[in-house]
Amino acid sequence: MNWSDAVIQFQYDLGAPQELSWLVEGITYFVGALILAMASLTLALLLIWITRKVISRIQDRIGPNRLGPYGLFQSVADAMKLLSKEDIKPTSSDTVSYVIARVLAVLGVLMSLAVIPFGAGLIGADLSVGVLYLVALGSIGIMAALMAGWGSNNKYALLAGFRVVAQLLSYEIPMVLAMLAPVLLVGTMSMQGLANAQSLYLGPINLGFGWFIFVLPGAFLIYMIAALAESEQTPFDLLEAESELIAGFHIEYSGMKFAMFFLAQFLNSFFLGAIAVSLFLGGWQGPFAGQVPLLGPIYFFAKTFFVYVVIQWIKGTFPRVRVDQMMQFAWKVLVPSVLTLLLAQMIIMKLPLPLWLNAIFVLVANIVVVVVVLNVLGNYFKREQVRSKRAFEPTSLIGTMQPVHPSSGD
Amino acid sequence: MLSQWGFVLMLSAIAVIIPVAAITLGHFLGPRRPDPIKNQTYESGVETVGDAWVQFRAQYYLIGLIFLIFDVEVIFLFPIAIAYQGLSFFSVMAAVTFVLILMLGLFLEWRKGALDWN
Repeated sequence: MNWSDAVIQFQYDLGAPQELSWLVEGITYFVGALILAMASLTLALLLIWITRKVISRIQDRIGPNRLGPYGLFQSVADAMKLLSKEDIKPTSSDTVSYVIARVLAVLGVLMSLAVIPFGAGLIGADLSVGVLYLVALGSIGIMAALMAGWGSNNKYALLAGFRVVAQLLSYEIPMVLAMLAPVLLVGTMSMQGLANAQSLYLGPINLGFGWFIFVLPGAFLIYMIAALAESEQTPFDLLEAESELIAGFHIEYSGMKFAMFFLAQFLNSFFLGAIAVSLFLGGWQGPFAGQVPLLGPIYFFAKTFFVYVVIQWIKGTFPRVRVDQMMQFAWKVLVPSVLTLLLAQMIIMKLPLPLWLNAIFVLVANIVVVVVVLNVLGNYFKREQVRSKRAFEPTSLIGTMQPVHPSSGD
Repeated sequence: MLSQWGFVLMLSAIAVIIPVAAITLGHFLGPRRPDPIKNQTYESGVETVGDAWVQFRAQYYLIGLIFLIFDVEVIFLFPIAIAYQGLSFFSVMAAVTFVLILMLGLFLEWRKGALDWN
């Protein structure tokens, strides 16, 4: 039973009139949505703190440590500071798209909260088209970045807007196809249905270890790489490459308007992690989550924060890729491998074999894809390492400032 | 089940109100000292020259077009995935052919050089 049904039933038991059902349901949904949205705003402050702490530890710094215990209130202070900044609107900007972009950015991210299953029965709205709903929302975020880049009438912002097309659109395809793999396996798009399907029963006890990552590691890997690109994290942060584009598409936004884009980005990377958890890492499933419902949200948040910290770890350690490398990787490696994966899964699922043998064949196909993708990535980073080492060798012209042909002295 | 969309409606209303309220609050709390130079678009500190709305490379347009084709075809794959467990042999062959055509299109674009970035 979903939380909303339980709350509505509780109100009827207290004596709410049945004929006012639209009012009862409306108030229940409104209060639920308000709590969820407010909690996610608080979560964003926590996420910024986690990011700063993790990145500083990687860079051998301490990070924020003055305000409150472990510097927890630093992001609150930053939010207050942004609130008191001047609201500057460039005169030559395109008003409509400049104004709408920042609202759309937050809207697209907050809306995805509705279908994330935090626990058994703890899902905002258990839509039967949950995964498709998330795919549709992904496009709103792209739209917002594109509108911000175009509407600012700034050269750097427009360049970032072009890169939005190149990066976010390209990685949308492998991400959506990777999300299709668990849907194909279970035959439902409801997020709660997908989370329920990842249980593993040993007799009557739910061990909660039927995670799809054990069957579909290839789809998980491709989803995570595409999600990194979609959330504009460092190996793929060409949209806001500070050394090239100053700030990216939100360069002309000041104060609270900038904060909205910032908020959307941090929440987006957290929610993409949450979607990865509910599609591949078992959602709220875990040992005894079926018996003790309270454990569900704890498992869910533990897994999601773990994925978030891993994303920040990648952010702190990997160098930025070039735009042509990024595009080639999306279209020539990820899309063909995920399509092959889906094709293999489709054929294997219809083979007249016992279920466990089918699962093993799907796993083998996935492992092949994992090996191929990791090989391509490994070769790329090895090549880059050789290249950057060569650039710093004493014989190299770069860094030594020696003329190519020493002058004869006349 | 249909009333579940009521939650989505409420959430979308709140998701619009939150950024609008925050930005309005910031607008009234912050100082307001506009001046013509400050209101120019930023261009690394030098005077802004002309518009940014220029002609852009056809490559971006091409990528957008390829994305459109793929996204529409991916949306068609979702209903197939939902109904897959109950499909007959003929329908499975049709689904497999659909994915094969999708891959064929990708390799055609690859051969034509639409995926090369230079």
